[in-house]
Amino acid sequence: MTYLKSRRFIGAAFTAITMLSITRTITGNGDLTSTVTIAQALVFASPIALAGLAGIWAERAGVINIGLEGMMILGTFGAGWAGWQWGVWAGVLAGVIFGAIGGLLLAVAAVTFGVDQIIAGTAINLLALGLTKFLAILLFTNAPGGGQAQSPPIKGEIPTFTFNSLVEPLSSLHEKGIFFVSDFAGILAGLFYNMSLLTIITFLLFAITSYLLWKTAFGLRLRSAGENPWAADSLGVKVVQFKYAAVVFSGMLAGLGGAYLSIASTIYRNGNTAGRGYIGLATMIFGDWRPGGTAAGAMMFGYIDTLRLIDTGNQNVKGLILLGAVILFAIGALMLRRARRNSAIGFLLLGSVMIGAYFSATSFPPEVAQVAPYITTLLVLATASQNLRPPAADGIPYRKGDHH
Amino acid sequence: MNLRRIGISLIAPGIGLIVSLAATAVILTVIGASVSTVFASMWNYGTSPRAMSLMLNLATIYFLSALAVSIGFKMNLFNIGVNGQYVLGALAGAVVASNLTLPKTASVTVTIIVAMFVGAVWAGISAWLKVARGVSEVISTIMLNFIAIGIISYIIVRTSIGTETSLNIRGTKPIPETGMLRGSAFIDSGTPIYGFFFISIIIGVGYWFLLNRTRFGFDLRATGKSATAARTSGVQSNRMIYVTMLLSGAVAGLVGLPYLLGDTGSYTLQFPTDWGFIGIAIALLGRNNPLGIALGAILWAFLDISSGQLVLEGVPREISTIMQGLIVIVVVISYEVVRRYQVKSEQTNVAKALAKQEASV
Repeated sequence: MTYLKSRRFIGAAFTAITMLSITRTITGNGDLTSTVTIAQALVFASPIALAGLAGIWAERAGVINIGLEGMMILGTFGAGWAGWQWGVWAGVLAGVIFGAIGGLLLAVAAVTFGVDQIIAGTAINLLALGLTKFLAILLFTNAPGGGQAQSPPIKGEIPTFTFNSLVEPLSSLHEKGIFFVSDFAGILAGLFYNMSLLTIITFLLFAITSYLLWKTAFGLRLRSAGENPWAADSLGVKVVQFKYAAVVFSGMLAGLGGAYLSIASTIYRNGNTAGRGYIGLATMIFGDWRPGGTAAGAMMFGYIDTLRLIDTGNQNVKGLILLGAVILFAIGALMLRRARRNSAIGFLLLGSVMIGAYFSATSFPPEVAQVAPYITTLLVLATASQNLRPPAADGIPYRKGDHH
Repeated sequence: MNLRRIGISLIAPGIGLIVSLAATAVILTVIGASVSTVFASMWNYGTSPRAMSLMLNLATIYFLSALAVSIGFKMNLFNIGVNGQYVLGALAGAVVASNLTLPKTASVTVTIIVAMFVGAVWAGISAWLKVARGVSEVISTIMLNFIAIGIISYIIVRTSIGTETSLNIRGTKPIPETGMLRGSAFIDSGTPIYGFFFISIIIGVGYWFLLNRTRFGFDLRATGKSATAARTSGVQSNRMIYVTMLLSGAVAGLVGLPYLLGDTGSYTLQFPTDWGFIGIAIALLGRNNPLGIALGAILWAFLDISSGQLVLEGVPREISTIMQGLIVIVVVISYEVVRRYQVKSEQTNVAKALAKQEASV
């Protein structure tokens, strides 16, 4: 099983690097696989990944968490509020605690009272938005360097690691422009360049989640609460307790994601989450309610965001268009091999359109990259949603002894 | 019986209001403000003619948004995409209206039709994704919201449709006065009530009629209650998903128009983009009933407007947003508790009646 999994992972990584490499070679745009791009993409991806992971925890226990956005907002606020007074780690802690409070609120509404989970989550988003705006005015307006909508700068920094002995040779290899090898080098170097301790913690949380939820009795019980809580109850699993634990932990992870955002921008700012809680939810669905796919989805958002924002020569978005075309052609070919003709034709057609766009325009507006991740998510869901398998009792309110 | 039902349906919002007022009082005390002064300020300003007019205008917008959401709710479809649907509808309406030279009635009618059409098309994408590809509308509408914002920023920032408006922000060129629907000032002389106030009442009545007095409405509610039961009785559920989403999107397309045609006359980059989420909250408060939604919209707008002068008391006006959030949470929880109590009391009554019967036999 693990052997199969690691083979699949290596296969996926190999395919991804090959496609990036093809695109980089045709466009001649080194940014696409450069060390800096990958390092920055990790920074953008981590908060989204944490939100997605938070979604996994709640939904694996059968509670839909639309309130992720609100819990993230609480996290950004907590980090700003504690961070400027007592330093960055206090900020992380406060972000996690504030997120946990949001999670607890969802648990009370959705688990204890059995309110429709989407409705409860929506209400939490509203409340978090109002509360943080209100508190920001009260607490930050007269603080030194603060304002009505933002906190003073967070004190201190999260340690970051750069392994120069690795990064330098790899980066110079990247600049040589050799097919595949250089791209692999650039991407690998990105993992050792300016790596924040919080990003490492994010990686660890993904690993821990994979282990806890899929390899331990605890995880089996938690997931059984999301698949068939009545059966779980009949076997003595304390379903309500597991749901509570999962949802509160979900809030903590979302809060950590929010704290990451505030710390990355050194202050709390109103609206800093910009819907990343919802995006995290999308990456979770994208990733079939599993950590690996969720991380990949988050990385896609982070990567596209990075290319859009460091686009100095106005060529990155164009590169993304070509990359999209390459990916579509690859999927089309796969579909042909699996004898799914209609889907294959669809993908090849869409790929051709993008190739046409690539060669007919000199540059593309940044808005194309702005919407690209969302369109990609829709495309993935549209093609794969028959294969996705959410927890069977996801979203269904559970009451002990209520099953009929 | 009916009176009892009305009484029960008022319990939950009543509890919500009381709890949120109490919690607000606690928050105000904690931050050292005088509770009575703050509430008095809100009440005094909120009931002034000018504030009342502003409130009705805002409530008109919220009402339409909540109606759009609740059409979906009735069929268990969660249209989170009202945001995207109305911004695109309003933009399309603004573009068309600014290029029209027609008499007022014709121009406004065309604008309305265009906005509804665009809103419906945008919602239709989610309907297609759900029916043909099995994608949950919750997630597809959220994605489409983000995409809509991107499209709008592209159109206004990078195409010739966007120009510098008088306020130094980019927007569509102004709609000629013949295309506007400013309404009339009958409460406060300086603040007209949007013409859309009356249009939205008509739409509210239409919603009620459609849902409660037509075959379609029956099918829709039946599908919402039990999709399998509806299917066995001959309702085509896929068709219902399309029609419901298109209808919801069409109404959503209208949400931006009261403000566009009654106030700004141009779709700018500063056009509000979060009325759809407020609509969700109000649809919950009003339990998808047009009258309940109207009351919810007025309450929401009252809190928004009446907090406008709280700065004078040294209290951030966002206290109203906290009150709104608290009201929603407490109300949805109390609805659930009341519902359970009802079910339980019905069961007890039935059990009692049965026991009596058995005893007499």
